[in-house]
Amino acid sequence: MSELWFTKDHEWVRVDNGEGTVGVSDYAQKQLGDMVFIDLPAIGVTFAQGDTAAVAESVKAASEVYAPVSGVVEAINADLNNTPSMVNEDPYGQGWFFRMHLTSPSDLTSLMDETAYEAYINELG
Amino acid sequence: MTEPDPTTLEETPLAALHRELGARMVPFAGYLMPVHFAGGILAEHQHCRSQAALFDVSHMGQARLSRKSAVAALETLVPGDISGLPPGRIRYTMFTNAAGGVEDDLMVTNAGDHLFLVVNASRKAADLNHLRTITGEACELVSLPDRALLALQGPAAGGAMARLAPEVQDMTFLSARSMQVAGIPCFVCRSGYTGEDGFEISVAAADVLDLARRLLALPEVRPAGLGARDSLRLEAGLSLYGNDLTPEITPVEAGLAWVVGKRRREGGGFPGADIILDQIASGPKRRRVGLKLTDRVPARAHAVITDEGGRPVGEVTSGGFSPSLGHPIAMGYVDSRVAAPGTALRVIVRDVPREAIVTPMPFVAHRYKKD
Repeated sequence: MSELWFTKDHEWVRVDNGEGTVGVSDYAQKQLGDMVFIDLPAIGVTFAQGDTAAVAESVKAASEVYAPVSGVVEAINADLNNTPSMVNEDPYGQGWFFRMHLTSPSDLTSLMDETAYEAYINELG
Repeated sequence: MTEPDPTTLEETPLAALHRELGARMVPFAGYLMPVHFAGGILAEHQHCRSQAALFDVSHMGQARLSRKSAVAALETLVPGDISGLPPGRIRYTMFTNAAGGVEDDLMVTNAGDHLFLVVNASRKAADLNHLRTITGEACELVSLPDRALLALQGPAAGGAMARLAPEVQDMTFLSARSMQVAGIPCFVCRSGYTGEDGFEISVAAADVLDLARRLLALPEVRPAGLGARDSLRLEAGLSLYGNDLTPEITPVEAGLAWVVGKRRREGGGFPGADIILDQIASGPKRRRVGLKLTDRVPARAHAVITDEGGRPVGEVTSGGFSPSLGHPIAMGYVDSRVAAPGTALRVIVRDVPREAIVTPMPFVAHRYKKD
């Protein structure tokens, strides 16, 4: 399993052979609460790092999910249409949002590794 | 996910208990309040619909109006028939303004020797100032910041409460009386904000922790937070002040013309009476409606509502996912010409029009104890 990289907005990306799988962190799913709908991007759409890529709708509120790196959407997790609760139950596994082809792999250098992210969320309290 | 500085927020006397129970605390109306506990909003919502949920609503404002002119004085601020309210009965009413809009909604109880008022947390200071305009020798206002408020709601609430206070068994919806609950002096109202049977219990702040622990020790009862409170009241079709009721919206537009008592329709004498009575007679230009969304995308407050041709006809004021129904629901204001149940409309969510059908409220039937 490859390494996870995290944004300050609590997205994660896992990169294998230039393909990045994107989701939201366990911290994020706990903050957002029970998911009821995930508005996923269309396949083929291009995002720059930080663009709004998806919307996570919990019982409580709608929260934007940003592209952690620049790239082109190659696949989406269609299972979330019927079971958005996967994001709560398995945020780093079956709760993934979409997969993208990285167009600027150096974007990863601006992200946090797991150790740095853990320190970051501990600071948030 | 940035939040205001929590150090400036007030807490209720149960804040430590909430944290002990795993609450996620969020700012609400100047208070740090539990939005949900360890199990999450969906589980709390479903527990309230199937068993009984305990809510801390101590952030709400409680006050007493007393002396011989209290009733007449209050009637100059609200359209409700307060003089016709029998002892031990509760009435939902609202403070209106000169334009007929709603400054707050509140519950008024005839407690015998005084009127007991419960107002929204966000409007507490404004309401007290407003009430001070009618006080004098014959009408005394006493704010009750040392009182806490608990809501026990759900189909099992009646049976659970009866084990701690047998007297509640013969209480019906919108009745109130003083009694001991588990030996603790309380003022118990059979009322609530979920559409379920249940109680709102006013108790001394010093006793509320003891009372909350006694209630939570009952097997049917679990704690619930503001998240479930909001999804429950939305399913019940109940308005949230600040969203569905504002100073720009009249009770008639809100579908709440029934708060204007028969005697008050004849005599007026409350702020905005001319406008409100005219709207009752000729019909309002816009109306609050329920909307059922046909796909899974929730529409939230401020989403634009259009007709099938894409012309704007109104705006969503509350919306979210209905845990009981399994699909999104919303309420909002639309042009009266498209307010009939069954009308197909569109709600714009992130630039995409989504189908929404005008639906009678409540979305989930009320289960009050009427007899």
